[in-house]
Amino acid sequence: MSILGNRVLRVEDPRFLRGEGRYIENMPLHRAAWVTFVRSPLAHARVNGIDTSAAEALPDVQVLTGADVDAPPFGPPPYWNINPGMVRPLVAQDVVRFAGEIVAIVVSDDRAAGIDAAELVAIDYDPLPVVLTVEEAAEDETLLFPDEGTNVAARAGSEEHDEELFSGCEVVVSDTVWSQRMAAAPLEPRSAAAELGEDGRLTVWLTSQTPHTSKMVVAGMLGLDPGQVRVVSPDLGGGFGAKMLEVEGVLVAWLARKLGRPARWTETRTENMLGLLHGRAQRLEFTLGGTRDGDVRAYRLDVLADAGAYPILGAYLPNLTCLMASAVYEIPRVEVEGRSVVTNTTPTTSIRGAGRPEAAQAMERALDLFAAEVGLDPAEVRRRNFVPKDAFPYTTATGATYDSGDYEGALDLLLRSAGYDELREEQRRRRAQGGPVELGIGLGAYVEISNPVGEAEFGEVEITDNGEAILRTGSHSHGQGHETTFAMLAAERLGLPVELVTVIKGDTDEVPTGAGTFGSKSTQIGGVAGRLAADGVVEQAKALAADYLEASAADMVLDLDTGRFHVTGAPEPALGWADLASRAAADGRLGELKVSHEFQAPPSFPFGIHLSVVEVDTETGRVEVKRHVAVDDAGTIVNPLVADGQVHGGIAFGVGQALYEEVVFGEDGYPLTGTFVGYAFPSAAELPSWERVEMVTPTPNNVVGVKGIGESGTVGSTPAVHNAVLDALAPYGVRHVDLPCNGENVWKALQEATA
Amino acid sequence: MTRIALTVNGEGREAEVQARQLLVYFLREQLGLTGTNVGCDTSSCGACTVLLDGESVKSCTVLAVQADGSEVTTIEGLARGGGELHPVQQAFHEQHGVQCGYCTPGFVMATVSLLKDNPRPSEAEIRHALEGNLCRCTGYHNIVRAVEAAARAGA
Repeated sequence: MSILGNRVLRVEDPRFLRGEGRYIENMPLHRAAWVTFVRSPLAHARVNGIDTSAAEALPDVQVLTGADVDAPPFGPPPYWNINPGMVRPLVAQDVVRFAGEIVAIVVSDDRAAGIDAAELVAIDYDPLPVVLTVEEAAEDETLLFPDEGTNVAARAGSEEHDEELFSGCEVVVSDTVWSQRMAAAPLEPRSAAAELGEDGRLTVWLTSQTPHTSKMVVAGMLGLDPGQVRVVSPDLGGGFGAKMLEVEGVLVAWLARKLGRPARWTETRTENMLGLLHGRAQRLEFTLGGTRDGDVRAYRLDVLADAGAYPILGAYLPNLTCLMASAVYEIPRVEVEGRSVVTNTTPTTSIRGAGRPEAAQAMERALDLFAAEVGLDPAEVRRRNFVPKDAFPYTTATGATYDSGDYEGALDLLLRSAGYDELREEQRRRRAQGGPVELGIGLGAYVEISNPVGEAEFGEVEITDNGEAILRTGSHSHGQGHETTFAMLAAERLGLPVELVTVIKGDTDEVPTGAGTFGSKSTQIGGVAGRLAADGVVEQAKALAADYLEASAADMVLDLDTGRFHVTGAPEPALGWADLASRAAADGRLGELKVSHEFQAPPSFPFGIHLSVVEVDTETGRVEVKRHVAVDDAGTIVNPLVADGQVHGGIAFGVGQALYEEVVFGEDGYPLTGTFVGYAFPSAAELPSWERVEMVTPTPNNVVGVKGIGESGTVGSTPAVHNAVLDALAPYGVRHVDLPCNGENVWKALQEATA
Repeated sequence: MTRIALTVNGEGREAEVQARQLLVYFLREQLGLTGTNVGCDTSSCGACTVLLDGESVKSCTVLAVQADGSEVTTIEGLARGGGELHPVQQAFHEQHGVQCGYCTPGFVMATVSLLKDNPRPSEAEIRHALEGNLCRCTGYHNIVRAVEAAARAGA
């Protein structure tokens, strides 16, 4: 009996439940200097001078500025094709370009002294004109980097326009969706710590989803051989795509060498809201055309993305948005163009969904506008235009090749599970009755791309001398439960109980290489790599067992129920893992039971469709989600307990975008959402229980058939809720509400429509 | 510096603290009880929830000197002797109410306090009662299931 598909409770839970999570802030570090960053309160200013004397008059306080830092600026890898003249200095010197940029570093003996001293660092600023919106930035009037002559940091898609794109289309609809700026807002703020060992090696603890990449970058920036650096990313309190290496981590590593003593830093929530990179912030202008009977023929998407002050991953993401623009639909002609511009705001990066939610948010609004125009039910217009089930692998007009899918099957399952006809009937009844609270029903179909750049991941399985297994993975887990899921994938092949497989991750000395975790790729490459390494160990073990049992390796089998090796057809004599391992250890052959594997696979394309039922109070604009039904198909499910949890969290993140969350700046660029008081992070009281409906269409891209599931819930939920709000308001002639659909935005839209 | 005496997880503790020292940093840094996490600076997230004389409080909003003479229970003091999980902890485990784990101690403590006041809360009552605790991973679904399960188990 395979363990895969079983609801296995997580082995990592007890330490979290007991308050024994291994977060960096919990780690004792003897003699460590406490690092406090002094950050600019201004969004754009010239720095005339920094007076550190009052701060340094405090006992045991040292202040460093940009002039002291001899490491190079922090920039994106060249293959993202981002303007190389827009890199970020580790510490600002002449100019600050966003509120929250680091201007000075206070080194003290403890946290309180650091805060006291930071307040005494006097900085003379001359404010400069600020650029806060992508539209202003695109005008290239006020430039963040005058030497570059433009605010455009990167481009995606094609600048070519086909004047005939919509020719022959009887119905053409268009609108612009601003996929607003969001904060990843992991509950654990970031930490970093570093210590120079007596052997001269530097150990750096980072809240990083990608420890191996972080190690290479830290080593490169400090001018060290990678072998001189060890990065440890222990337990992370959530990442959501934003917890990558950033300037703070590099500076703490640099400081440990500069100061000759360990250094550590943990940010405040306000620092986190300003300094941890934001996400989304894409302006999506779309036009969709088709026939009067509901066939979509052409689509154009223009993406104008806000890269923030120093373009990095967020500036690259329009590539993913453009790639996924055609969504789940068979559309003969698709044109996409993306630009990323710099503004005087926190830089942007990937957060849960990263470019794909934006594509779905535009397309699903386009489909609903089109459905209304041609007079078809939104479900029907989607059904007519889905990529058909027999068309996979299917290559879209934008060049994405979808591995597997059954979009109409997902729709049917959703409509049945939600009771769609009854919901529409209830809506008709309530509309006939009248009243200020309107019922809205919205659909959000999506396909997303997991393991988007087709990466490889490292896995290694080693049998210990007592016959247990260690699985080392280059993937990282910060809530996703790899210690359980990956153990299941190996245990199934080894015939061992899952609790006898220990997963090791997040330490570059323990795991030689790794891609880390982003883009929903952990299980499909990292988990599979572990499984294939386990297969390799079983083959090695057969040879070893054959020697001990004086048989031929070709005749050996592993009984997966008992974990014992024997000759085919003869259950005795047999050797279990414990016997085999102890004999191998005694003979110095235990090393044979250690196999590593790097598994690379092309991207896979999870898909699904969500239905949201909302009530909108037309007198106040208040929206309440009454039900949210989600069909998410991520191929084979390894552990439904974990998969359900991933979907639930994803849905909440997407509903947060649809209804509540937005990073907001004042006119001068000062952040107005710098705490959880200002930023509308939804609590349990704002959200309902989720109705998850499982569907399984395996991918051919790996032996398990598994795709990514961490982000899919997010991609489907935002458009479903957005469409539901607009469906509720349709009788009032409202066809556009800005995200988030909070009371203010809904009320404004109603006022404009009914004025 | 002010001298305080209090009981933490059943053990008498005395210490010198700065008047401005928050209870959460006193627990974490002076007593080494790092199970109580700090997630915000504004009493919004509840990651630092502990029991003060049996009532849940956000320990980032209580000065250490205010806890003088009180009894504090943190996540470390919840599991019963022999290392077994408390029924609320067990319910969070079985219902997958834990992902990254950072908000978990606060949610567990807030749940203990909720179930003491209201042993069989409805879903709406649970969601309302836990409004002061934020979680980014679970979408709250399985946290609510865990509280329901803990209530059924008579936690």
